[in-house]
Amino acid sequence: MFGDFVPLFLMIALALGLALTLLAAAAYIGPSRPSETKTMPYESGMDPVGSAHERYSVKFYLVAMIFIVFDVEVVFMWPWAASFHSFVESGAGLGVIAVLSLFTFILLVGLLYDVKKGGLDFEQ
Amino acid sequence: MDLSTAFPTLVTDLPAAFSMSVVGLVGLAMIVLDAFRNDHPAIPWLGVAALGVSAAWEATHLGAPQSTVFFETLRTGGFVAFINLIILLTGLATILLSVPYLNQLRYDYGEVYALIMFSTVGMIMLGSANNMVSIFLGLETMSVCLYVLTGFIREDEGAVESALKYFLLGAFSTGFFLYGIALMYGATGTMALPAMAAAELGTLSTRLLFWGGFALFLVGFFFKVSAAPFHMWTPDVYQGAPTPLTGYMSTATKAAAFAALILVLVHAVPGGEWQLSVAAVAVLTMVIGNVMALAQTNVKRLLAYSSIAHAGYVLVGLSAGTSAGYAGALFYLLVYAVMNIGAFGVMSMLEWDGKEGREQTLSSLAGIANDRPVLGSTMGIFMLSLIGFPPLGGFAGKYFVFAPAVDAGLTWLVVIGVLMSALSAYYYLRVVYVFWMQSADDVEATDPVRAAAFPRATVAATGTLVVCAVALVVLGVFFGGVLETTLGFFESTAMATAP
Repeated sequence: MFGDFVPLFLMIALALGLALTLLAAAAYIGPSRPSETKTMPYESGMDPVGSAHERYSVKFYLVAMIFIVFDVEVVFMWPWAASFHSFVESGAGLGVIAVLSLFTFILLVGLLYDVKKGGLDFEQ
Repeated sequence: MDLSTAFPTLVTDLPAAFSMSVVGLVGLAMIVLDAFRNDHPAIPWLGVAALGVSAAWEATHLGAPQSTVFFETLRTGGFVAFINLIILLTGLATILLSVPYLNQLRYDYGEVYALIMFSTVGMIMLGSANNMVSIFLGLETMSVCLYVLTGFIREDEGAVESALKYFLLGAFSTGFFLYGIALMYGATGTMALPAMAAAELGTLSTRLLFWGGFALFLVGFFFKVSAAPFHMWTPDVYQGAPTPLTGYMSTATKAAAFAALILVLVHAVPGGEWQLSVAAVAVLTMVIGNVMALAQTNVKRLLAYSSIAHAGYVLVGLSAGTSAGYAGALFYLLVYAVMNIGAFGVMSMLEWDGKEGREQTLSSLAGIANDRPVLGSTMGIFMLSLIGFPPLGGFAGKYFVFAPAVDAGLTWLVVIGVLMSALSAYYYLRVVYVFWMQSADDVEATDPVRAAAFPRATVAATGTLVVCAVALVVLGVFFGGVLETTLGFFESTAMATAP
């Protein structure tokens, strides 16, 4: 019973040991030249201190749309691809390709709309 | 499932999804057109064409035999064609009425019309569902589009407020709905409506699970059709939403949701054990809707409470649980769609930017019928029909939902319904009185420049109102053919109700 878990404990020990070793090595060997930017809570992120009522570009919704397009695409294509062979074997291969093409076409319209509305134009 | 026949079945069943495909694909085309030519004026007319073609298609299929398609997830046939016809024509009227209104507000976005199309697709799916998953999918497609349509006038605080309320409460009710479906699935092991009726509910715990789930499911539905006590969102949302779209929300949504409810009652729970609970909700809805409407000064709020009351009348027909009751409810949904889309259509042309946002109060419209006689007279017909005044459609509609309830032994329910209907005459006639018999001098608050501030009505929009008014007279006189058609849906074996 206990023996079954030995590899697991080994794995935990290895992971902890590796992480601690690397952290310790970095602290001792690495050069330390802190600057204001580097010590921020989110390095190379946004400034966490400021007004909570800031305006942000409504273009946010276009970015969210792109995310949805690609996210949903993968979520549905994965099981489709996984069961594709069984469809081909039963002779419905072309059919499922047609169904997925329709689905991709609908997503493509969304992507087209998004791009034309400037969803990928971050300069504005 | 045998996979080799799956694809041929999909192809042969495609005609059953004609309206859904045409409306959906044209909606996509509208989005693409909007992406390339921002807010092109042809976009609404594309929608009108698609909805018109689909409505013509459905009209020729009113006598089609009833059956299931797409692996028993959707239904097809006369019942579905009838509901689709209501939904498509309402969508058509909504677009025609929205064009001048949104032009006036400078919010004539192409996306608005595309969203109307997508929400119509959801409604069609909801009204032809034969499976809990189809119901949920249709309901959500419809609702998500409506949340956006409620609040797309971003600068109007009232609209944004109502959109947020609608979204939060709608999402909450969806939770109830989904939980109900899950429990019913747990009890029966199936999502298909007819299979639910056939499932054995042996032990007490299984029965509790099923009926508890069904109760939650009904709560979700009652929210969508704004039946009391789940109606709280209605006045706020109807007031804040752009007026032609409020008309769409109050008619097409209800037609689709009630159609799905009828399908569930007929196929999944044909025993009629729910009769008293639906009757109780009908009483509450009629009383709250009518009594609250008495106190309203804002016309859109008044119409919102009136639409709550009318959901109650339809529920009276449903609680009869007989073929005649369901057929009457279908007829009522048609009449209600015509008169309510008309009433909101008139209001959309009598609205302007006053000092405190868009003016919609009754007192600001004193004597308006003298300046706008067409709007005044059509509004008069809509109001009289909403009361249920013979020989208009509203009278025939009320008769055909009340009579089956009496036959089913629910006389007390009908007595309350008739009393409430009499009460409603007060606030409907007040609108007619203010429109025709008061003059602007009677009311101090009236804005002297209002005549110039109204949106210019297009011929198409005014024509829509006139067609609605004429249709009400026709439905009120020649109701026999329509009622026979709706009765026919429930006589075929596929939709036969339990004795």
